[in-house]
Amino acid sequence: MRIPILKLHEYLLVSVQVELDDQTAIKFQEDLLNKIHETGSIGVVVDLTSVEIIDSFIAKVLGEVVTMAELMGAKVVFTGIQPAVSMTLIDLGIHLSEVQTALDLEQGLVKLRQELGEK
Amino acid sequence: MKGALASVPISKEWDIVGARQTGRNIAKQIGFGSVDQARIATAISELARNIYLYAGIGIVSFEVLEERSMIGLKIVAEDAGPGINDIGKAMQDGFSTSGGLGAGLPGVKRLMDRFDIMSSNQGTKIIVVKWLR
Repeated sequence: MRIPILKLHEYLLVSVQVELDDQTAIKFQEDLLNKIHETGSIGVVVDLTSVEIIDSFIAKVLGEVVTMAELMGAKVVFTGIQPAVSMTLIDLGIHLSEVQTALDLEQGLVKLRQELGEK
Repeated sequence: MKGALASVPISKEWDIVGARQTGRNIAKQIGFGSVDQARIATAISELARNIYLYAGIGIVSFEVLEERSMIGLKIVAEDAGPGINDIGKAMQDGFSTSGGLGAGLPGVKRLMDRFDIMSSNQGTKIIVVKWLR
Protein backbone atom coordinates (compact mmCIF):
# COMPACT_ATOMS: atom_id res chain seq x y z
CA MET A 1 0.00 0.00 0.00
CA ARG A 2 1.30 3.46 -0.86
CA ILE A 3 0.37 6.80 0.64
CA PRO A 4 -0.20 9.52 -1.99
CA ILE A 5 1.95 12.65 -1.65
CA LEU A 6 0.56 15.80 -3.30
CA LYS A 7 2.48 18.91 -4.30
CA LEU A 8 0.95 22.32 -3.58
CA HIS A 9 3.21 25.23 -4.57
CA GLU A 10 6.38 24.82 -2.52
CA TYR A 11 4.74 22.41 -0.08
CA LEU A 12 3.87 18.74 0.00
CA LEU A 13 0.55 17.53 1.42
CA VAL A 14 -0.04 14.05 2.74
CA SER A 15 -3.24 12.63 4.16
CA VAL A 16 -2.77 9.21 5.68
CA GLN A 17 -5.98 7.31 4.97
CA VAL A 18 -4.80 3.72 5.34
CA GLU A 19 -4.07 1.50 8.31
CA LEU A 20 -0.35 2.05 8.90
CA ASP A 21 1.46 -1.25 8.95
CA ASP A 22 5.23 -1.31 9.35
CA GLN A 23 6.04 -1.69 5.65
CA THR A 24 3.65 1.07 4.58
CA ALA A 25 5.22 3.39 7.15
CA ILE A 26 8.76 2.65 6.02
CA LYS A 27 7.79 2.99 2.36
CA PHE A 28 6.16 6.33 3.14
CA GLN A 29 9.36 7.55 4.80
CA GLU A 30 11.32 6.75 1.66
CA ASP A 31 8.68 8.11 -0.75
CA LEU A 32 8.39 11.40 1.12
CA LEU A 33 12.15 12.02 1.15
CA ASN A 34 12.36 11.22 -2.56
CA LYS A 35 9.46 13.57 -3.28
CA ILE A 36 11.10 16.38 -1.28
CA HIS A 37 14.24 15.83 -3.33
CA GLU A 38 12.40 15.75 -6.67
CA THR A 39 10.20 18.78 -6.07
CA GLY A 40 12.51 20.90 -3.93
CA SER A 41 9.67 21.40 -1.44
CA ILE A 42 10.50 23.35 1.70
CA GLY A 43 7.58 22.24 3.84
CA VAL A 44 5.41 19.18 4.39
CA VAL A 45 2.05 18.77 6.14
CA VAL A 46 1.17 15.20 7.13
CA ASP A 47 -2.48 14.91 8.15
CA LEU A 48 -3.19 12.07 10.57
CA THR A 49 -6.95 12.70 11.07
CA SER A 50 -7.90 9.22 9.85
CA VAL A 51 -5.19 7.41 11.78
CA GLU A 52 -6.70 5.44 14.67
CA ILE A 53 -3.56 3.96 16.11
CA ILE A 54 0.09 4.97 16.43
CA ASP A 55 2.22 2.42 18.24
CA SER A 56 5.88 2.78 19.22
CA PHE A 57 7.18 1.60 15.84
CA ILE A 58 4.99 3.93 13.77
CA ALA A 59 5.85 6.78 16.15
CA LYS A 60 9.53 6.04 15.64
CA VAL A 61 9.17 6.08 11.85
CA LEU A 62 7.18 9.34 11.94
CA GLY A 63 9.68 10.96 14.32
CA GLU A 64 12.55 9.90 12.09
CA VAL A 65 10.98 11.29 8.93
CA VAL A 66 10.89 14.73 10.56
CA THR A 67 14.61 14.59 11.32
CA MET A 68 15.44 13.19 7.90
CA ALA A 69 13.41 15.86 6.10
CA GLU A 70 15.04 18.53 8.25
CA LEU A 71 18.47 17.27 7.21
CA MET A 72 17.37 17.84 3.63
CA GLY A 73 16.11 21.34 4.45
CA ALA A 74 12.35 20.74 4.67
CA LYS A 75 10.06 21.31 7.66
CA VAL A 76 7.39 18.75 8.57
CA VAL A 77 4.19 19.48 10.50
CA PHE A 78 1.78 16.76 11.66
CA THR A 79 -1.88 17.65 11.87
CA GLY A 80 -5.16 16.18 13.08
CA ILE A 81 -3.83 13.73 15.69
CA GLN A 82 -6.94 12.16 17.28
CA PRO A 83 -7.58 12.58 21.03
CA ALA A 84 -7.41 8.79 21.55
CA VAL A 85 -4.12 8.59 19.65
CA SER A 86 -2.64 11.46 21.63
CA MET A 87 -3.62 9.86 24.98
CA THR A 88 -2.29 6.49 23.89
CA LEU A 89 1.07 7.95 22.84
CA ILE A 90 1.54 9.57 26.26
CA ASP A 91 0.62 6.27 28.00
CA LEU A 92 3.24 4.60 25.85
CA GLY A 93 5.75 7.17 27.05
CA ILE A 94 6.22 8.73 23.62
CA HIS A 95 6.20 12.51 23.66
CA LEU A 96 7.38 13.41 20.14
CA SER A 97 8.40 16.74 21.66
CA GLU A 98 10.66 17.73 18.78
CA VAL A 99 7.79 17.32 16.31
CA GLN A 100 5.72 20.28 15.10
CA THR A 101 1.96 19.74 15.20
CA ALA A 102 -1.24 21.63 14.46
CA LEU A 103 -4.96 20.98 14.90
CA ASP A 104 -5.84 20.60 11.24
CA LEU A 105 -4.51 20.96 7.71
CA GLU A 106 -5.32 24.68 7.57
CA GLN A 107 -3.51 25.39 10.85
CA GLY A 108 -0.69 23.18 9.66
CA LEU A 109 -0.10 25.32 6.60
CA VAL A 110 -0.21 28.47 8.74
CA LYS A 111 2.36 26.95 11.07
CA LEU A 112 4.62 25.98 8.17
CA ARG A 113 4.52 29.53 6.82
CA GLN A 114 5.44 30.88 10.28
CA GLU A 115 8.22 28.34 10.70
CA LEU A 116 9.64 29.20 7.32
CA GLY A 117 9.32 32.91 8.08
CA GLU A 118 7.19 33.79 5.11
CA LYS A 119 4.73 36.57 4.44
CA MET B 1 -20.14 -13.09 25.30
CA LYS B 2 -18.08 -14.68 28.05
CA GLY B 3 -15.15 -16.95 27.31
CA ALA B 4 -12.51 -17.41 24.68
CA LEU B 5 -13.31 -15.49 21.54
CA ALA B 6 -10.61 -15.58 18.96
CA SER B 7 -6.94 -16.20 18.44
CA VAL B 8 -4.71 -14.72 15.80
CA PRO B 9 -1.51 -16.53 14.82
CA ILE B 10 1.49 -14.23 14.32
CA SER B 11 4.05 -15.26 11.72
CA LYS B 12 4.38 -12.32 9.36
CA GLU B 13 4.44 -8.58 9.71
CA TRP B 14 0.90 -8.03 8.47
CA ASP B 15 -0.41 -10.27 11.29
CA ILE B 16 0.43 -7.41 13.68
CA VAL B 17 -2.27 -5.37 11.94
CA GLY B 18 -4.63 -8.38 11.86
CA ALA B 19 -4.24 -8.93 15.61
CA ARG B 20 -4.85 -5.32 16.56
CA GLN B 21 -7.87 -5.04 14.25
CA THR B 22 -9.39 -8.20 15.74
CA GLY B 23 -8.74 -6.88 19.24
CA ARG B 24 -10.21 -3.48 18.47
CA ASN B 25 -13.37 -5.06 17.03
CA ILE B 26 -13.85 -7.23 20.10
CA ALA B 27 -13.22 -4.26 22.40
CA LYS B 28 -15.83 -2.26 20.50
CA GLN B 29 -18.38 -5.09 20.71
CA ILE B 30 -17.91 -5.40 24.47
CA GLY B 31 -18.58 -1.68 24.81
CA PHE B 32 -15.18 -0.02 25.27
CA GLY B 33 -15.05 3.66 24.27
CA SER B 34 -12.82 4.96 21.52
CA VAL B 35 -9.91 5.90 23.78
CA ASP B 36 -9.79 2.47 25.43
CA GLN B 37 -10.19 0.84 22.00
CA ALA B 38 -7.08 2.74 20.89
CA ARG B 39 -5.22 1.75 24.08
CA ILE B 40 -6.14 -1.91 23.60
CA ALA B 41 -5.26 -1.92 19.89
CA THR B 42 -1.92 -0.23 20.61
CA ALA B 43 -1.06 -2.69 23.38
CA ILE B 44 -1.85 -5.60 21.04
CA SER B 45 0.30 -4.03 18.33
CA GLU B 46 3.28 -3.84 20.72
CA LEU B 47 2.79 -7.42 21.95
CA ALA B 48 2.33 -8.85 18.46
CA ARG B 49 5.38 -6.98 17.17
CA ASN B 50 7.48 -8.38 20.02
CA ILE B 51 6.43 -11.88 18.98
CA TYR B 52 7.24 -11.17 15.34
CA LEU B 53 10.61 -9.55 16.09
CA TYR B 54 11.95 -11.79 18.85
CA ALA B 55 10.28 -15.18 18.40
CA GLY B 56 9.17 -15.19 14.75
CA ILE B 57 5.95 -17.02 15.44
CA GLY B 58 3.37 -17.04 18.20
CA ILE B 59 -0.25 -16.41 18.95
CA VAL B 60 -2.42 -13.62 20.37
CA SER B 61 -5.71 -14.73 21.87
CA PHE B 62 -8.70 -12.91 23.28
CA GLU B 63 -11.05 -13.76 26.10
CA VAL B 64 -13.92 -11.91 27.74
CA LEU B 65 -13.81 -11.97 31.55
CA GLU B 66 -16.69 -11.54 33.98
CA GLU B 67 -15.70 -11.07 37.58
CA ARG B 68 -17.96 -9.65 40.29
CA SER B 69 -20.16 -7.83 37.76
CA MET B 70 -17.06 -6.46 36.04
CA ILE B 71 -16.44 -7.14 32.39
CA GLY B 72 -12.96 -7.20 31.00
CA LEU B 73 -10.97 -8.12 27.94
CA LYS B 74 -8.08 -10.48 28.50
CA ILE B 75 -5.36 -10.75 25.89
CA VAL B 76 -2.71 -13.44 25.94
CA ALA B 77 0.41 -13.14 23.77
CA GLU B 78 2.40 -16.35 23.66
CA ASP B 79 5.46 -17.58 21.81
CA ALA B 80 8.05 -20.33 22.01
CA GLY B 81 10.95 -17.99 21.27
CA PRO B 82 14.23 -17.57 23.13
CA GLY B 83 12.58 -15.71 26.03
CA ILE B 84 13.51 -12.45 27.72
CA ASN B 85 16.83 -12.61 29.56
CA ASP B 86 16.23 -9.87 32.04
CA ILE B 87 12.54 -9.08 32.59
CA GLY B 88 13.40 -6.30 35.05
CA LYS B 89 15.41 -4.57 32.37
CA ALA B 90 12.78 -5.17 29.67
CA MET B 91 10.25 -3.43 31.92
CA GLN B 92 12.37 -0.28 32.18
CA ASP B 93 11.39 2.69 30.06
CA GLY B 94 13.78 3.24 27.22
CA PHE B 95 15.12 -0.30 27.07
CA SER B 96 15.06 -2.08 23.72
CA THR B 97 17.29 -4.70 22.19
CA SER B 98 15.93 -4.26 18.68
CA GLY B 99 16.51 -0.58 18.03
CA GLY B 100 12.92 0.37 18.80
CA LEU B 101 11.88 3.29 20.94
CA GLY B 102 12.00 1.03 23.95
CA ALA B 103 8.43 1.96 24.78
CA GLY B 104 7.21 -1.60 24.27
CA LEU B 105 6.53 -3.48 27.50
CA PRO B 106 6.38 -0.65 30.06
CA GLY B 107 4.10 1.15 27.62
CA VAL B 108 1.80 -1.86 27.37
CA LYS B 109 1.68 -2.05 31.16
CA ARG B 110 0.54 1.58 31.37
CA LEU B 111 -2.06 1.11 28.62
CA MET B 112 -3.71 -1.86 30.36
CA ASP B 113 -5.07 -2.53 33.88
CA ARG B 114 -3.30 -5.81 34.53
CA PHE B 115 0.01 -7.03 33.20
CA ASP B 116 1.62 -10.41 33.89
CA ILE B 117 4.70 -11.78 32.21
CA MET B 118 6.34 -15.18 32.32
CA SER B 119 9.46 -15.89 30.33
CA SER B 120 12.01 -18.67 30.13
CA ASN B 121 14.21 -20.13 27.43
CA GLN B 122 11.09 -22.08 26.38
CA GLY B 123 9.22 -18.96 25.44
CA THR B 124 7.30 -15.96 26.70
CA LYS B 125 3.71 -15.50 27.82
CA ILE B 126 2.25 -12.10 28.51
CA ILE B 127 -1.27 -11.69 29.88
CA VAL B 128 -2.94 -8.29 29.94
CA VAL B 129 -6.44 -7.27 30.99
CA LYS B 130 -8.47 -4.11 30.47
CA TRP B 131 -11.64 -3.65 32.55
CA LEU B 132 -14.71 -1.99 31.17
CA ARG B 133 -15.64 1.04 33.27
